[in-house]
Amino acid sequence: MADGFAEGASRRDLLKTGALAGGLVLSFNLAGKAGAAAPAADAKLNAYVSLTPDNKVTIVSKNPEIGQGIKTSLPMIIAEEFDVDWAQVTTKQADGDPATYGRQFAGGSMATPLHWDELRRVGAAGRAMVVAAAAQTWNVPAAECTTASGVVHHKASGRKATYGSLAAKAATLPAPDLKSVPLKDPKDYKILGKFMPQVDSAALVSGKPLFGIDVVVPGMLYATFDKAPVFGAKVASADLAAAKAVKGVRQAFVVEGGTDLSGLVPGVAVVADSWWQARKGREKLNTQWAEHPTSKQSSAGYDAQALALSKAAPLRTERHDGDVAAALKGAAKTVEAAYSYPFIAHAALEPMNCTAAFKDGKLEIWAPTQNPEAGRQLVAKTLGIAPADITLHMTRCGGGFGRRLANDYMVQAAWIAREAKAPVKMLWTREDDLRYDYYRPAGYHFLSGGVDASGTVTAWHDHFVSLGNDGKFASSAGMSQTEFPSRFVPNYRYDLSLIPTGVPTGPLRAPGSNALSFVIQSFIDELAHAAGADPVTFRLKLLGGGGMMGTPGQNGYAADRMSGVVKLAAEKAGWGKTKLPKGTGMGIAFHFSHMGYFAEVVQATVAADGAVKVDKVWVAADVGRQIVNPAGGINQVQGSVLDGLSAALGQVITIENGAAVQSNFGDYPLLRMADAPPVEVHFLITDNPPTGLGEPALPPAPPALCNAIFAATGKRIRSLPINTEALKSV
Amino acid sequence: MAFKINVNGKSQSVDVEEGTPLLWALRDGLGILGPKFGCGVGQCGACTVHIDGQPVRSCALPIEAVGAAKVVTIEGIGATAIGKKVQAAWTELDVAQCGYCQPGQIMSATALLNATPKPADADIDAAMSGNICRCATYVRIRAAIKQASGQKVEA
Repeated sequence: MADGFAEGASRRDLLKTGALAGGLVLSFNLAGKAGAAAPAADAKLNAYVSLTPDNKVTIVSKNPEIGQGIKTSLPMIIAEEFDVDWAQVTTKQADGDPATYGRQFAGGSMATPLHWDELRRVGAAGRAMVVAAAAQTWNVPAAECTTASGVVHHKASGRKATYGSLAAKAATLPAPDLKSVPLKDPKDYKILGKFMPQVDSAALVSGKPLFGIDVVVPGMLYATFDKAPVFGAKVASADLAAAKAVKGVRQAFVVEGGTDLSGLVPGVAVVADSWWQARKGREKLNTQWAEHPTSKQSSAGYDAQALALSKAAPLRTERHDGDVAAALKGAAKTVEAAYSYPFIAHAALEPMNCTAAFKDGKLEIWAPTQNPEAGRQLVAKTLGIAPADITLHMTRCGGGFGRRLANDYMVQAAWIAREAKAPVKMLWTREDDLRYDYYRPAGYHFLSGGVDASGTVTAWHDHFVSLGNDGKFASSAGMSQTEFPSRFVPNYRYDLSLIPTGVPTGPLRAPGSNALSFVIQSFIDELAHAAGADPVTFRLKLLGGGGMMGTPGQNGYAADRMSGVVKLAAEKAGWGKTKLPKGTGMGIAFHFSHMGYFAEVVQATVAADGAVKVDKVWVAADVGRQIVNPAGGINQVQGSVLDGLSAALGQVITIENGAAVQSNFGDYPLLRMADAPPVEVHFLITDNPPTGLGEPALPPAPPALCNAIFAATGKRIRSLPINTEALKSV
Repeated sequence: MAFKINVNGKSQSVDVEEGTPLLWALRDGLGILGPKFGCGVGQCGACTVHIDGQPVRSCALPIEAVGAAKVVTIEGIGATAIGKKVQAAWTELDVAQCGYCQPGQIMSATALLNATPKPADADIDAAMSGNICRCATYVRIRAAIKQASGQKVEA
């Protein structure tokens, strides 16, 4: 039952390791050591690695799998240094278990930078233990032993032994010091940097149950949860009897919920023998909702407030370098422009769902979540039970994109399961999903810029009108004081005003950056054209010839790394060298986020009726010295680029009367096959620590497209999604 | 009420109300979990199955409309030569990201290759545009269809 899937149920693996030091797993308490009957068939070297006598290796993947390929790539890092063949390895999804694995989450493209060093050392430590076991067995110095493909060799005596045969002994040995354990020379890598299809590939293509929606537990019922169109509105009335009269419906009840939009929100649960019956029951509820102040808010209202605020003094000035007013006055050319972008939804293809079983005061949860521990804590707090009484299984997620960092659906399932006194799988509809999201927030930028006679940007003024309450940014509605081109323009001013909002917002793939890049890279293009300069040359000049600006990390900016990818993208695209037909243009954009440097060229064609066709995209990326798994890495880059284009071409969530208007893929279009261009990916390998690929390829795509449209038509896109009506030439 | 349907070559009885979409009869009624729920209105293709060889969105097909037709799901498609080739190409090229849409993509791709053994790009566009991939693995879906049909694959 614990496995949660109808097929292939397996026992829950109880790990005995646990101590943590600074996020690094240093404890190698061993299953066999405690004297407990560690099955002879399964020797555990540490929290991640176990072995069987027939030399099969199981490696735990600690983080949630949302399609970023982490269930494959993190074990690859361990396997490389453990020095086994990838074919020997089976990977295993960890439960939510921070005591053993430290923080487990899928967000911020952080898994590679956080684990690159740590997990190599975990693998190397396991190898050292196996080598030590061989050395003791043969009574030879460990330093004379070598390893390859899961076999230890002692050349001088011609002896060799498989890891599997040494595992039981190795598991009784002390773990070496992780900090000093020797690591491979990257030129000897046999797994890292190789094209490794996902470990779940065969299961995925044959329809095996892997996802949250596929969880089946004995005695399980199915639930729907009816929420208010206006975010957070309470239930005024619901016809529970009518819902219960529908065949198969067992229960219908009001969940009072609270006011925290990230917690348990008010709604009505319908619980039935099948999900379709629960859905039919829900249709009979005729739920009426209490009046809620957010019903006075709308996208049109935000637009009007933004315009009014842009003409008034800002709430505050976030940064002011030099003297922008004087620089604008002295500029050879100035440009003023107003940019805006809308709310958009995550629209992960697997609708939000979660399965929960409450028994004897304890909860067992099966959740497609990006953020398991936060979910456990939310459930514990809301239901009033101890976090230790919650067992949390992480299922594969049918997409995340940041949506599953929030655990609202998890606490709903837990609450409903406890009320229903039965295991419950709660599943939202697509309409539920698009109408209750933590949206990418809308935002407005009122920009002025100046260039001097030599084509140097001398002034940049952004009055950013964002969403936020009580003087604070709404979630993911912020802009850093170090956002480009801050620090690259001598006279730079960033003013801020905020519009109060009751719409839930949150991180969506490359949060902040996914919108800011559109604004900044489009406006740079405007300045380039105003200066009469080539957009690539202009950008290289703006970046300058310098190195690291600030401290390395999220806010450090290595200008030379960015120049490197700008040049590479331009070269690969044949920038300035290709004669393009009328109506076709190339645009370039670059963006730094998640410690990755990305430049992208889009070639697009605009038809007479305004229809936009993306012909091709060239990507140049610098994420350091090692691509962990090119199979997943390239896929992430291509997907991120197309994700950005998809949003720019058609996505908008409109708020009317405090509720989202769009409800399904008919009015919230996602990119489809016929509109998906080829995306050519080039990695610029530089001697820097490896960083993540789940997000940073997205931000340059929308502005590169908009700049291509300008090159093709002379029309500047300053508001997303792209309005093709305005691009008509007939 | 009980409906008799033929799924993956096996006659099965499923007890659901009239009007229940085939998708939910398969998933909750028969425990056949490969076909996925994405939109419920036939717009995303995650629920695609074959009905007498034709790709159909099972979320929008009421159970009573199935009749004696042969239903094949992702669980059964590997039993056909073309289905097997498509699955192999999907794995070799590592098409999937999250993988949630891929059962539907594979069902549509197999139907395409059954009808058009060497599809051109325009054929692929037409046959595959009913299937959304939110992760946007379209570049690899196209490549995998070409590989499965023995055509040159551009990376």
